This record gives sequence, structure tokens and C-alpha cells, in this order.
Amino acid sequence: MKIKTLLEKIKPRFWDEANHPDQPGLFNYRRIWKLTVLCVSLVSITPLLVLSFMDYNLSRKAMRAEASFPILRLVSNTTLNVGTFLQEKSSILDFLVHNTEYVNLRSSDYLIDLLSDINASFGGFADLGVINSVGLQTAYAGPFDLEGNDYSREEWFNEVAQKNIYISDVFRGYRDEPHFVIAMKKYLPGNDWFILRATIDTEEFNRLIGSLNVRPSSDLFLINKQGILQTPSAFHGAVLERVRIDLPELDSDSAAWKADDDIDLRGLVECGSTDSSTVTIIESQESQKFLGCSLVEKSPFIVMAVKSQKELMQSWWKMRVELTGFMIISIASILLVILVTATYLVSRIHDADIKRTSALHKIEHTNKMASIGRLAAGVAHEINNPLAVINEKAGLLKDLFAYSDKYSKDDKLISIADSIIHSVERCSAITRRLLGFARHVDVEWKKVRIDSIVRDVLGFLDKEAQYREIQVDIETEGDIPEIVSDQGQLEQIFLNIINNAFAAVEDKGKINILISSYPQHIQVRVADNGCGIPPENLKQIFEPFFTTKGDQGTGLGLSITYGLVKKLGGDLSVESELGKGSAFTVCLSKKFNPAGSPDMNCH
Amino acid sequence: MIILLVDDELELVSAMSERLNLRGIDADYATTWKQALKMAEEKKYDLAVLDVKMPGLSGLELWKLLKKDYPEMKFIFLTGHTSQDDFKAGLNTGHKYLLKPISFDVLLECINRSLSDSPKKEG
Repeated sequence: MKIKTLLEKIKPRFWDEANHPDQPGLFNYRRIWKLTVLCVSLVSITPLLVLSFMDYNLSRKAMRAEASFPILRLVSNTTLNVGTFLQEKSSILDFLVHNTEYVNLRSSDYLIDLLSDINASFGGFADLGVINSVGLQTAYAGPFDLEGNDYSREEWFNEVAQKNIYISDVFRGYRDEPHFVIAMKKYLPGNDWFILRATIDTEEFNRLIGSLNVRPSSDLFLINKQGILQTPSAFHGAVLERVRIDLPELDSDSAAWKADDDIDLRGLVECGSTDSSTVTIIESQESQKFLGCSLVEKSPFIVMAVKSQKELMQSWWKMRVELTGFMIISIASILLVILVTATYLVSRIHDADIKRTSALHKIEHTNKMASIGRLAAGVAHEINNPLAVINEKAGLLKDLFAYSDKYSKDDKLISIADSIIHSVERCSAITRRLLGFARHVDVEWKKVRIDSIVRDVLGFLDKEAQYREIQVDIETEGDIPEIVSDQGQLEQIFLNIINNAFAAVEDKGKINILISSYPQHIQVRVADNGCGIPPENLKQIFEPFFTTKGDQGTGLGLSITYGLVKKLGGDLSVESELGKGSAFTVCLSKKFNPAGSPDMNCH
Repeated sequence: MIILLVDDELELVSAMSERLNLRGIDADYATTWKQALKMAEEKKYDLAVLDVKMPGLSGLELWKLLKKDYPEMKFIFLTGHTSQDDFKAGLNTGHKYLLKPISFDVLLECINRSLSDSPKKEG
């Protein structure tokens, strides 16, 4: 409701003048305004939107690349380190297998010495075991008594038998400590073979990974291909638990992540980082995290780094807010400027057009009045001369009767002559009025009092007011000074206007006359509570021969009144509401201003 | 008291002069400016009643000529119509200005007043 009132207040003048069927010279301003606003908005806002969108995408890409880079580096480094670690352990076993006699290795004592030696040199080995080709552990060095264990049914045994080298997942085993196994196969002469198996302490493994992960907010750990945690994770579960992240399925052949419908892989960026590893960066929209994964070659381990998007993308989000805010402010200000400018310009055009048409209208009206005036004057003149002759002849006739003895007593003849003279007088009154309409022959400038003239005029109409019980109120506002004008013409003006008011009101109606003094002019407002004037008639009301009274009116009354007021340098205006009444306002300049253009506006 | 009536409308001036004559006022009439000038030369008129609009010289122009030659002469103007300029010029002469058709009584009164305003040399 409030918005509606506000809109009503700021609504430009041309808004409700959308169509001028009666004034073909005027445009549909609302349409012009709409078109202008639409076109200018389109050409100015569209490029802004396109550029902003492009900038948004570019920035987003750049920011994401920047955000994913540390993960890439971390994962790549870790993969390299883990690979080196495993390589080192495998190399030790490889060395032992190839440089130690099988006979020696079959002895547990020798193995115990060997274990203590390599632990002293390299560290990280929990136990050593030798298993023959049927799966029997023939020698063992370590904290448990595992000698004689049969591994022929174990899966890893079959795998090492096929692949020659095997690195196991991390498991708890007998010691209930997370550890993993590296096993290596060695052929003996005579197609026999044996396996050297070593358990690697994950302690060192974990330390290595911990030392690589320097940021406390990110999480770095290993998982196996089934998604089981191999090293402790800070946020995503304990060792040997399933990692608490939704992962796409790993294609074990290509060591690459398959696209999974469950996870939004929109941000999947593949980056070849090192010769040995391929790092996959996944931006998970769901969990708001960046994942970096890489398979460690020749091992079941996958290095995984997880970083919260929030931390990485914080600057991007800030920038995004700024970018969006800037765009919204820009669009709002562009729209505001367009709206204000368009409204201003169209208003100016509208006002200029209105002024132009009203000036044209006025000129037309003046021309009309002038030609009617000329016509009337011509007619009056042509008639006046023969009238004068009739007048004189009739007068002479009357004189001749009056001065003759024979007819001087003949009242009938005298009265006939008198009636001719009287009729001529009536005709001459008509022609004078017509001449007065065209130009006011009898203008007699002298000091007059408007209020007393109005009262005098009301005196003429007293009888009618009493008879019809019309209430006529006359009020004065301020001190009404004398002005220089023409008494007779003013009487005519007020008589016409008040007469019209009498004609407009019903019996027992009301007429209110207000005479007020303004600095520049005196204003007389005659308001009635009569029938009012329809808006379509209001425009033509001062035009000559415009009448609504049919045969009873000449259509000259108000037109003559208007001409008279103008002649006296005044202004006449009318306002009316159908059914409620009309008000005619006469403004008369206080300055002596004969026939000049009115220098004031009627209120 | 002799009056000269000048109007191009013969019927008007003839009737008018006759009516004046009936009332014992000596009135002659002319229908052209030439005739009027000629008559003014012949007789000494106290008052001239001039129509403003006449063919040839207008009443105002005739007035100027008569005024020059006969400064004692009084004038009354008649007009059937007048443009604003004529009207103003007529007012400027300082003489009475009557609109046709005129009431004879008004004319008589004007004549009497014009003549009584000035000191009469004869009777």
C-alpha cells in the first residue's frame, strides 16, 4: 500500500497520458519511456553481465588451480617418499635373497643375526622368515615362535609365487600392531624356490607421512585399494578402518579414479606430476573437500591428502562476494541513472509537446475569435448604415407628423414611427454588442471597485434569487483596492458569469462568490453547486458558438465574456466537476494593463 | 447657428438636416468632402457633423483641413463602425463621437452642448 502511494508520488506527468486519440500531435510517452529504458538497459547491462560471468569463471578456475596446487605437491611428494621407502625395504630383501646362501637362510640363528644386523643398519624390520615352495616356514627370526607355520593356503603366498615380489596391506597380525609384509621369491637350482618374508614396522612409515604433512588443517594418509586406512588419519578414521570419505571406485588396472555418479567430479583435475605417479585431484562438492590421490607404484598403497575447501577457497569466496556485490551495485546504479535520465528526458519532451500543442491551440482559438470578430464587425457595420438611414427617416416621418397640424394629434401614426425607432434601437443594441464582441468600442478606463461592481450585478439578479430561493454568498478576502478598468465591461463580464451560475443551479441552489486580493491581481471566483460541465465540454467552453442549450443559446455568452476579460488584461479560467458544480475565476491585474497579455495566472 | 452635415449617405444627411430644420436649427448637408469644403468656403458654419468613413477623404482627414481653415468650428463625429485605430484617433480629436444609428435626442443634446461650451460670437 505504501509502495503504491510512493509510486503514485514519483509517477512522472506523462505516465497517465499514454494515449492522445484527440491530439494526434502527441506521442505515446509511456511507450517511448519503456522502449528507451529497455534498450539502454539491455545494451549497458548485457556486456556487464557477460564480462562478469567470464571473469567469474576465469577467477574461479584460477583460484581452484591455486588451491589444488599445494595438495598436488603434497601428494606427489608423499608418493615419491613412500615409493622410495618401499623401494629401500624391497632392495634390502632383494640384496639378502641374492647374496645369501639358501643354506644359511634356512637357519633361524643366522636369520636372527641378519635381522639384528639390518635393523642396526636400516631399521624398521620387525621379523624375518624363510618359507619354502610348499608354504612351510622353515626359519624365523622375530618376537614370535612362527617356525613351522604353513602358509600354503594364504592368498599372499600364492601371489608371491606368481609375481616374485609382494607387498601386503597393513594388518594387525599376531602382535596386534599395524604392520605390513614384504615377501620376495628366489629360485634355487633344480626349479625349486623359496620366499624371504619380512614384516615392516609401520611406526617408521607413519613418522615419514607425519613429517610430510606440515599443515595441521590438512589430512595426509595411506589407504589400500579397498579404501581401508593404512596409516592413522587425523579426521577420517583410525588405522584399518574404512576411510570416512565417499570415494569413486578405483580402476586397479589403470590406477585412475573412475567417475562415480555418487560423487560430483566436476572439479576433477588430472595432473601428471612426476614420472612415477599420477595425482588425481577431486573437488567433492558434497563434503566440501579437496581430495588428492595417487597410487604408489608396485604397492597396494594409495596416498591420499584431504583438505577442506573452506580453507583453500576462502579467498575465492570473499572475492566472489565482492564480485557479486560490485555487479549488483553497478547494475543498480546503471538502472537508476537510466530511469532518472529517461524519465527526465521524456518528461521534458512531454512538457514541450504539451506547451507546443497548447500554443497551437491558443493561436487557433485566437484566429477563430479574430475571424468571427471580423465577420461580426463587418455585419454590424453593413447593417449600421442602413439602420441609421431607417432611423433618420423614421424620425423625420415622426417629425413631419408632429409638426403638421393634420397629423400631430394622430397618436397611432406617431406610435408607429416610435415603434420603428424603438426597433432600430434594438437592432443597434445588437450590432453594438457584436462590435463589442469583436473590439470593445466603448472601453472607458477609470478607477473601479470590483466588489461594488459584483454587488451591483447581484442587484440585477435579486428577484430571480428570491423567486428560486437561491442562496448567494459573497465574501471578500483582504482589502480590495480600486483598479483601473472599464465598469461597463466588468458589469457585462460578471453578469454573464453569474447568470451562467444561476442557470446551472437547481432551485434552492447555492452560489458562492469570493473576491480575494493578491499582490499582483484581484481574483473573483464564482462557484456554484449546479450540474457541472463534462470534461469534454470544458475545453470548448470559451469557444464561440459552443452551446449546450440548443436553440436557446447563441454560444456567444462565455466567448464574449472571455474576450472581454482578455481585453481588460485579465484572465478567465474554469474548473468543474460533473454533478458537483463549476467555478469560474476571473483574475484582473492591479496594474493598468490595457489589452496586454495577462501577467498572472488564475489559481 | 449653422450646422454642416457631411456623410456619403444622402438619405441620412438629408433626413437629418430636415429634422434639424424643423426644430429651427439651420443645417446644410454635403455628401462628399469636396462639396463640404466648398460649402465651408461659402458659409461660415458653427458646427460640422462628420461621418468618419467616407470615400476619398475620411472624416478625420476632412476634420484636419476644416480645423486648419476654420479654427472656430466645432465638430461632432459619426460612425457606423470603427476600427480600434479610428476610434482612438477620434478620441484624440477631443470631440464628441457618436455611434450610428444615433438617437436624435442625443444628437441634439450634443449639438447644444458643443455650441454652448464655446463663447458665441453671434447671438
